[in-house]
Amino acid sequence: MAVSTKAASVPSVQASRPARRRGSRAATAGLILGLSVCLIGSVFVAIGLGSAVVPPADTVRYLWASVTGGTIPADEVTRYQIIWQIRTPRVLLAAIVGAGLAVVGAAIQALVRNSLADPYILGVSSGASVGAVTVSLFGVLSTLGIYAVSVGAFAGALVATALVYLIAYGRVGVTPLRLVLTGVALSFGFQAVMSVMIYFTPTSESTSTVLFWTMGSFGAATWGSLPVVVAIVIAGIVVLRRFSRPLDVMALGDETAASLGVDSVRVRRGLFVVTAVMTGAMVAVSGTIGFVGLVIPHITRILIGAPHARLLVIAPFLGAILMVWVDLISRTLVAPRELPLGVLTALIGVPVFIMLMRRKGYVFGGR
Amino acid sequence: MELRTEDLTVEIDGKALVADLRLDAVSGQVLGLVGPNGSGKSTALRCIYRALKPSRGVVRIGGADLTDLPLRESAQRIAALTQQGEADFDFTVDEVVALGRTPHKHGNQPLTAAERELCRTAMAQMDVLHLADRGILGLSGGERQRVLVARALVQQPEILVLDEPTNHLDIRHQIELLGYLRGCGRTVIVVLHDLNLASAVCDHIAVLAGGRLVTHGTPTKVLTRELIVEVFGVEAVIVRHPLSGDPQILFALDGMPSSTPTSAPTPARLV
Repeated sequence: MAVSTKAASVPSVQASRPARRRGSRAATAGLILGLSVCLIGSVFVAIGLGSAVVPPADTVRYLWASVTGGTIPADEVTRYQIIWQIRTPRVLLAAIVGAGLAVVGAAIQALVRNSLADPYILGVSSGASVGAVTVSLFGVLSTLGIYAVSVGAFAGALVATALVYLIAYGRVGVTPLRLVLTGVALSFGFQAVMSVMIYFTPTSESTSTVLFWTMGSFGAATWGSLPVVVAIVIAGIVVLRRFSRPLDVMALGDETAASLGVDSVRVRRGLFVVTAVMTGAMVAVSGTIGFVGLVIPHITRILIGAPHARLLVIAPFLGAILMVWVDLISRTLVAPRELPLGVLTALIGVPVFIMLMRRKGYVFGGR
Repeated sequence: MELRTEDLTVEIDGKALVADLRLDAVSGQVLGLVGPNGSGKSTALRCIYRALKPSRGVVRIGGADLTDLPLRESAQRIAALTQQGEADFDFTVDEVVALGRTPHKHGNQPLTAAERELCRTAMAQMDVLHLADRGILGLSGGERQRVLVARALVQQPEILVLDEPTNHLDIRHQIELLGYLRGCGRTVIVVLHDLNLASAVCDHIAVLAGGRLVTHGTPTKVLTRELIVEVFGVEAVIVRHPLSGDPQILFALDGMPSSTPTSAPTPARLV
């Protein structure tokens, strides 16, 4: 076994790991500016492109007319409607869901101290699917009209999270590993419930509902549902960001957290509520989109390091940009059909991820 | 700041890990906890740094009941080097040490220049300044241990609680760390397995077995051959350190040969 002394500052195997540049405030601000430009550009491109390509000048004109209340020539109304009523809410929804999933993923990984955790780890997605299928099959909540299924999904997500939390609660409170294991177990349970419901009512509607919730899509985006999700996700990001330092401390373990004056049980419980509401809101409008919430946090850590004060600001930009492009590809590649988002997030994310991981010697949860 | 535990008891599933433990750490002195594996040393420490709520009994610092203080305030006074110091994400050494300021900060307040300097001083003291930009997951066990001690130091605690701080450290860093502890002027409570190091560094030693206090006192008073047989179940020879006069304990892997000149008592006499 190698013994390290001062003399060990001669190059060793470990020294081959490049020193990470400390993120100064100026560097972070510059990065945020660059990412903002990139995000706005991506949104703009994605609004213009699709099965009907609209030239940038026209796209700008339509958007401007919508925002300022200008007029559009009668022969352009169809294209205007595609841009403003269909694509704009869809692209904005993609951006906000990408941002939200990235942030929730980063926070959950720290809260349960598990590099493999993602926003759906606590049974949120399968709970939401059960809620949505229940609503669409049995017609409950029908007074809510077109929002019934989303509300059902949201309620299902929250119920699932609460169940996971209560079942995981033990003598010593809620330990990270118990939560993860309970979440995984209950997810299988919810999936079984869903399968049973589909099995006994094999209508095309129930099948497509399930497909939507398990594969994810922004096809249902409307201006009506957008503001609620945007408000919840942004408020959630702000709250989580305020807890950056406790999250840093909790990533070092509950023992350490206690010795540094952080009540990890209380913080974990509070932030789980925040992440459950965020994830529930996102699942309700876009279904379950895999991979983003798992991988974007890691990619961000590789790029800028682990502290959450930076991580929770940069990750949402990367998540949003990735999601906007993924959605664009999903609806253009085999138009007019749409590819499931989960397929594309994996196709794009996996190579990028492997490349970064190999280059920087990133360490996932110890050696 | 003195620290005292009164009737400290931790029961889990009806089994007492620590029973009616009374410890007295005198202000500015080093109190060592020694005892075999599972004797309740770490459990007692966990109550002191509040990772564990005792089933009964209190921990007092400066006379005040610890549970009356918010977690944050007790963390301003008591810093700990815990046994589970593992991280899952690759923070840099610099970032980990800076987290030691957590109990002194509100929300996401950045560190002040003075606090940055404090971190650098602590890293220099623990000989990890040259590692400042390295990720902790890439460090050796000993390097990581020193980083965690540095983090405890930047908490600027009045009481320092260390659970086997010499784990993984090479002999030079062991001696440097313990020398630092003895001279730092803080109240120190330290769990040590190396009785010779404990003898050299501690003003006072408390011996635990089966969750109970067996005896306590100065190293010279406590570290006797009889006690080592009784508590650890091994034969030993006690000699005086030629320079410091501290008791030093010599072991032999096969037990003590009966021809040992220092006397070879039969086990029956010891119990």
